[in-house]
Amino acid sequence: MIYLAIVFLPLAGALIAGLLGRAIGDRPSEVVTTTFLMVAALLSWLAFYQIGLEHETARVPVMRWITSGELDASWSLRIDTLTSVMLVVVTTVSALVHLYSIGYMHEDGGRARFFSYLSLFTFAMLMLVTSDNLLQMFFGWEGVGLASYLLIGFWYHKPEANAAAIKAFVVNRIGDFGFALGIFGIFLVFNSVNFDQIFEAAKTAENTTFSFLGYEVDILTTLCLLLFMGAMGKSAQFLLHTWLPDAMEGPTPVSALIHAATMVTAGVFMVARLSPLFEYAPAAKEVVMYVGTLTAFFAATVGLVQNDIKRVVAYSTCSQLGYMFAACGLGAYGVAIFHLFTHAFFKALLFLGAGSVIHAMHHEQDMRNMGGLAPKIRLTYFAMLIGTLALTGVGIPHLIGFAGFHSKDGIIEAAFAGHTPYNGVFWVLTFAAFLTSFYSWRLIFMTFHGNTRANPDVFKHAHESPLAMLIPLGVLSLGAIASGFVFTEFFMGHHYKEFWGSSIHEGPNNHIIHAMHDIKQEWVYWAPFAAMLSGFALSWLYYISAPWLPEATARTFRPVYLFLLNKWYFDELYDWLFVKPTMALGRILWKRGDGAIIDGTIDGTAAGVQWTTGRATRLQTGYVYHYAFAMLIGVAAILTFFLRSLIFSGGAGQ
Amino acid sequence: MTVETSPILSIVTFLPLLGALFIAFLPATPGGDRNARHTALYTTIFTFAISLLIWINFDTRTPDFQFVEDVAWIGPFRYKMGVDGISMLFVILTTFLMPLCILASWESVTKRVKEYMIAFLVLETLMIGVFCALDLMLFYLFFEAGLIPMFLIIGVWGGNRRVYASFKFFLYTLLGSVLMLLAMFAMATTAGTTDIPTLIQVGSTKFSPDMQWWLWLAFFASFAVKMPMWPVHTWLPDAHVEAPTAGSVILAGILLKMGGYGFLRFSLPMFPAASMDLAPFVFTLSVIAIVYTSLVALAQQDIKKLIAYSSVAHMGFVTMGIFTFQQQGIDGAIFQMLSHGIVSAALFLCVGIVYDRMHTREIAAYGGLADRMPVYAAVFMVFTMANVGLPGTSGFVGEFLTLLSAFKANTWVAFFATTGVILSAAYALYLYRRVVFGALEKPSLKAIADMNSREIAIMAPLVILTILLGFYPALLLDVMAVSVKQLVMNFETALAQSTAAVAQ
Repeated sequence: MIYLAIVFLPLAGALIAGLLGRAIGDRPSEVVTTTFLMVAALLSWLAFYQIGLEHETARVPVMRWITSGELDASWSLRIDTLTSVMLVVVTTVSALVHLYSIGYMHEDGGRARFFSYLSLFTFAMLMLVTSDNLLQMFFGWEGVGLASYLLIGFWYHKPEANAAAIKAFVVNRIGDFGFALGIFGIFLVFNSVNFDQIFEAAKTAENTTFSFLGYEVDILTTLCLLLFMGAMGKSAQFLLHTWLPDAMEGPTPVSALIHAATMVTAGVFMVARLSPLFEYAPAAKEVVMYVGTLTAFFAATVGLVQNDIKRVVAYSTCSQLGYMFAACGLGAYGVAIFHLFTHAFFKALLFLGAGSVIHAMHHEQDMRNMGGLAPKIRLTYFAMLIGTLALTGVGIPHLIGFAGFHSKDGIIEAAFAGHTPYNGVFWVLTFAAFLTSFYSWRLIFMTFHGNTRANPDVFKHAHESPLAMLIPLGVLSLGAIASGFVFTEFFMGHHYKEFWGSSIHEGPNNHIIHAMHDIKQEWVYWAPFAAMLSGFALSWLYYISAPWLPEATARTFRPVYLFLLNKWYFDELYDWLFVKPTMALGRILWKRGDGAIIDGTIDGTAAGVQWTTGRATRLQTGYVYHYAFAMLIGVAAILTFFLRSLIFSGGAGQ
Repeated sequence: MTVETSPILSIVTFLPLLGALFIAFLPATPGGDRNARHTALYTTIFTFAISLLIWINFDTRTPDFQFVEDVAWIGPFRYKMGVDGISMLFVILTTFLMPLCILASWESVTKRVKEYMIAFLVLETLMIGVFCALDLMLFYLFFEAGLIPMFLIIGVWGGNRRVYASFKFFLYTLLGSVLMLLAMFAMATTAGTTDIPTLIQVGSTKFSPDMQWWLWLAFFASFAVKMPMWPVHTWLPDAHVEAPTAGSVILAGILLKMGGYGFLRFSLPMFPAASMDLAPFVFTLSVIAIVYTSLVALAQQDIKKLIAYSSVAHMGFVTMGIFTFQQQGIDGAIFQMLSHGIVSAALFLCVGIVYDRMHTREIAAYGGLADRMPVYAAVFMVFTMANVGLPGTSGFVGEFLTLLSAFKANTWVAFFATTGVILSAAYALYLYRRVVFGALEKPSLKAIADMNSREIAIMAPLVILTILLGFYPALLLDVMAVSVKQLVMNFETALAQSTAAVAQ
């Protein structure tokens, strides 16, 4: 019952605000949706306690859905530890974002619509994380995509927002193309889309092959890679990442909820949920690991030079998602989900903090026009500071630290324990931690420290945000500080198996977490610490001690700088490679294919017919008569022939 | 007399004709138009209500034809009507869409209202007849005669290029119908009967594989044009563009479904060997239809044309699903047809709403409608998403099932067809953005009004159905399940027999 309430309260809120919003007004819509979410969040923590600590699991059937032949997918909730962690993350961040939005959006006209979308998103996300079969997961998957599309394009007057919304949806659909093929393949192989049946049969499919696109390929590797394509789209991994930075066109609370804490982590959740499959597809796991590592590095490099405060945080999100995938690929699902969990708090905090800055600066997002804001908005400054400490992973090895210290360093340790070739993954992730530290502090210094570069008028009126916005910052700060050390032992400690129960599967050869605990080399623990510290130091040098350095560096390494500033030129490349040719192809097929070739032939025939029928003048009626006449002749012919043959056969003496 | 024993199918079929007759005899008084409208509306609503009795009393546990009526007719032909799980829902779809069409024409049609209403009511009779007919000749009559009122609707109440459009429509369909007639002719003489249930039973044995090929191709010529399949689809965009809104609704909602229905009623059960042999051919055309027309849709500048092209792409999923010869594929194909009947009808109604206000279908003439038309924006969004095949809308179920089945049949087919989910998102959202989003800057749009209560009344049932069927498709899938299972089983048996025959 409480599970049903958790999932369906947001839906109820969305419907009330969406359908009745115009009737009951904006304020009641805000209150209803926010209250519902608060209740759902409280219930989620209760559920988390019951499941994670008292090891309850449940299946809640809801309703039939698609039944056709052997296919039987129904609406139902699958409640286990993995789900409960996601429930807590989704409802907590969502409730806080709802509350925050009351303050942030107070000048906006379409608030009922906004809150309806937010709650709708939450519902879809909850359906995703509670799904008991691939189809319901796909429903949630596309549902959050819809909500994301609507919210990115919320300010539909802005052309950039519209473009970003479409881009997000279409790029996600490219990932979903793989996801869908994966589901089809799963059904082909296992004759079911329900997790229980698939997971049970997964082992029997190990090292078997099937024919896909003319090649004999390993079943599980292929299916896992197809499904992972969906995850890459949703979680903005390398090659399918281009939509995420653009998605920042949406209102900032949206970025915090959807594009940092919840939706974009759906891919990580998917891989963890499907761990019983991935565990038997080592090649696919390897791909996941390398894609994650590459993304962690790539996004961090781009984050170094961005000037839009939200885009810096967006690239940081992209990079941190890479860490999570790297952990999944290593088989350390628990650590990946732990990072997902802590990241949700501190990244939502950073986004909401950025939102508070933007709010204070009257919609200014360019950090080049900020600086020196710390005394003006002290509480926001502290919140951002805590978020940064958590993101960069500040903490003392073996002792205690902020949230990110426990989870991110956990991933880096897992990378070491995973014995990748040349320890490549370990080194890249450590280096990315250095970059993370650099760009995070760069953000803090450029925004809050030094002399202000802001418009004096704007600066003078910069003001602290209202309470509705500060409370969420406070709660999330608490999470960014404490979620690490409180939960480490459960998520990835020595008794992690008890906590996770059967929700995460580890193959017989997967001992990564034990190996992680048994790392003997002390320097491994200090490497990310050093990376974090040197990132901070360099950032201090660049933006506090010697503020002329950034420009000088950009001038000296101009090609590199431009390469990074333009995000490795992915947008340009895709535009040239896919967008323009597709549009051109559409035009050619239309004008040449349909127009010249097909219609040309038809019109030619038509002209001929017209000529032979002596250019019928009253065309429209003329044709109808011809047609009716032809039809009647046909009927008459059949009738005659038939009667005749009957008569003949009758005559033959039947 | 219970529903089972009453000639309910004939009642539903000919009620609209009765209404048409009534309108024909209405005096041409100043209030004549109004009377014609009301008569048409009440007739269609009443027909719909009665048709629901068919659904309520329909037995979903048997694959047999139900509510069968069978009386001697002309010569050897019988007037035989009946529905099974495949055809019944199309009857309901027809009776359901009809009142909406009448309502949609309420204000926009002012010329020859009486004749217009008569044309629609006659058309309804003929369309319902197609789905109920169980005799070849009867089917042929309904199938072909249905085009006459449609020609008229396009030709008389259509747009500027209506002559060209109806002419093209005519040419395409003429060729197909001539060939189909010849094929029926051959079937009747070879099998010695025109009874469709009998032909379904004996078709595969009575017709030699060679003959099946010819028959199959002849029927294909007719059904492929109706679907329409690539490359005989180019009549559709023109016909849609020129047709009045309600004409487009019927065209997309019902007439396009006759091809798919024909494949299921004739090609698969009666010519299984040929169907099997020619499945790769159909797959190829289906995949081309999905990819090609989606790309073409992307380049359109006319709202109606864009939706017309997207219809062709969606019908590609239908033909692909049917020719997988599997339960999921055929379930999916039927569901896709029914869903498309609702969604595309709704999309054309959406176009009609703005067309009635602005009298242009140019996408470039719009933009920023969300400001002044929030209800319209929401409704249009629902159907855009259904068109894109978003789970939770009816559009998803059919697409998903047909693709799932196609993957089993041939991974290449599924691979290319699935690209359709990307392209459909691109063209549909691109359209929505240009029409509804953006800033409202065009002076002509400054005073545009949101949907009125009549328009809301038309759209509300469509919105509800689209979402209801997305969440609970069992409502329809349960109806068709047994009949489709039977179809698949018969198909497999027939195929086994014919391969055994060849082996001997």
